[in-house]
Amino acid sequence: MEGRAEGMDMSIPELEELANVCRKHIVKMIHKAGAGHPGGSLSAIDIIAGLYGTRLRFNVDDPDWEDRDRFVMSKGHASPAVYSILREMGFLNDDDLSTFRALGSVCQGHVDMKWTDGVDFSAGSLGMGLSFGLGCALAARMDSSERETWVMVGDGEVQEGQIWEALMAADFHDVSGLKLIVDRNRIQNDDFVNVQMEVGDVASKIESFGWNVKEINGHDMEEIVGALEWASSAGSGPSAIIAHTVKGKGVSFMEDNPSFHGKAPNDEELALALEELS
Amino acid sequence: MSAPSAGGASRDGYGKALLRLSEDPRVVVLEADLGKSTKSCLFRAEFPERTVSLGIAEQNMMLVAAGMASSGKVPFASTFAIFTERAFEQVRNGISRPGLAVHICGSHGGIHTGTDGSSAQSIEDLAIYRTIPGLTVITPCDDLSAEELTVQLLDHGNASYTRTARNKTPRMYDSETVNNLKIGKGSVLREGSDVAIVACGVMVSEAIEAAKMLEGEGVSASVIDMHTIKPLDTNLLDDIRAECDGIVTAEDHSIIGGLGSAVAEYLSTTGGYPIQMVGVKDRFGESGESSDLMHHMGLTRNEIAAKARNIVNSV
Repeated sequence: MEGRAEGMDMSIPELEELANVCRKHIVKMIHKAGAGHPGGSLSAIDIIAGLYGTRLRFNVDDPDWEDRDRFVMSKGHASPAVYSILREMGFLNDDDLSTFRALGSVCQGHVDMKWTDGVDFSAGSLGMGLSFGLGCALAARMDSSERETWVMVGDGEVQEGQIWEALMAADFHDVSGLKLIVDRNRIQNDDFVNVQMEVGDVASKIESFGWNVKEINGHDMEEIVGALEWASSAGSGPSAIIAHTVKGKGVSFMEDNPSFHGKAPNDEELALALEELS
Repeated sequence: MSAPSAGGASRDGYGKALLRLSEDPRVVVLEADLGKSTKSCLFRAEFPERTVSLGIAEQNMMLVAAGMASSGKVPFASTFAIFTERAFEQVRNGISRPGLAVHICGSHGGIHTGTDGSSAQSIEDLAIYRTIPGLTVITPCDDLSAEELTVQLLDHGNASYTRTARNKTPRMYDSETVNNLKIGKGSVLREGSDVAIVACGVMVSEAIEAAKMLEGEGVSASVIDMHTIKPLDTNLLDDIRAECDGIVTAEDHSIIGGLGSAVAEYLSTTGGYPIQMVGVKDRFGESGESSDLMHHMGLTRNEIAAKARNIVNSV
């Protein structure tokens, strides 16, 4: 079966609603599992909703369709964000989400292409996804395919040296089909990024590596959709979107709070979160 | 069989194999600045559009290869054996865990590398790669077998690590006998009834010479080219156990974790059997001409024969 030639064409209000529905999935599945990473899932979900709702070409009936666009979730601990969008796109169902992190679940702790239809990369070890995406994009070019490869990394992840190897290589090979999104939520596992090891002006640094770069508010859906469109048509060379986000966005007590990087909400916190998201 | 005298380095066989594999458009080659050394340069010269140069950045290379494998390509990624180790976790998490058929070649494996010194002499690669689930580990003994085994990787289906050597070694095969090789099946180069020498890589030719020495002493030694360390040919080990008094393993690798360990693990957990190991005795190498250094490190026919005598004399 042929996939869509174009991505979905959701409106801004529809995308905002999609992201909100996903936020509820995220907090619920992490609460049920008693473990997971809410902060980085909530910071990333607006961008992911925008990507799946407007640009990404995929086929639920044929997940391995070779000309699908790739979404490489390199910050694989934010797997609930991916599973929530795959639920809304039809790859997964509510039962799947409810087994997150349980033995035998298609929803593994970190996203894993071996376990889940619609997942294009096995993540969990930070710093590897951009290189993988570069490989996907090089293969697409060799195949004369117009499929795009979208890679999302975290800002703490940018501390990994391999990211810079890949940034350099993508420019050298002039791989226009490769798109990078940096979820700049300013918090990593132990603390704020500027406490652990500040990565600074990521936009200028990546630009100096030869990439097309755009900075946006990663929670403004108009800006997100505009930037995704820009990245698809930015012309020659790879393109990066630096999305300034808020860790835990949408749940007041998780926002900008390092302690909710990798902690599940308890019963009371879940009720509060769902109330805020309703 | 008698060993043909002409020789080549196993890395040359790898380079020639890539050219043979080029007929398949899925085949791509990835380099990390050492194409002239690994011999992937032969492929690059003919097929630059299917060769990806990634500079001195092995971690990136491994994941680029994984991405290409996930997109229908059959990537062959090579650098020095020792530098693949820098990207061990990338091989584990980025290639083997998702089950992507990337074929890694580490050249300049072992003490045999010689004058470059200990920084280049990987003596732990077979051990570390053997621990990764689903990863095939190969170390051919000459150029012809390296070529044949590499060609067989095309439709192998899972990821692999092949160690090649920098320097020439005597050929153990000819253009006909090499066709009998199969990944995962040890190759009996010489039949014997007292002791079996199970060797890999550059130590196979030393094992043949050791067997000749032993023959003069009335000891009948068989010689196995165990080119595939994983999966290990345990059927062949069972046969040896039924026929010989014991095994000497010989490898240009640490005695910890490599071929000797693989053989010992199997035999000791299935009934026990005399095993003696020839390998690098838990130390680093140093600079030196290859043959001087191999003697210095005890990677010789004399060492193999001495271990074989230990077994025969203790029966």
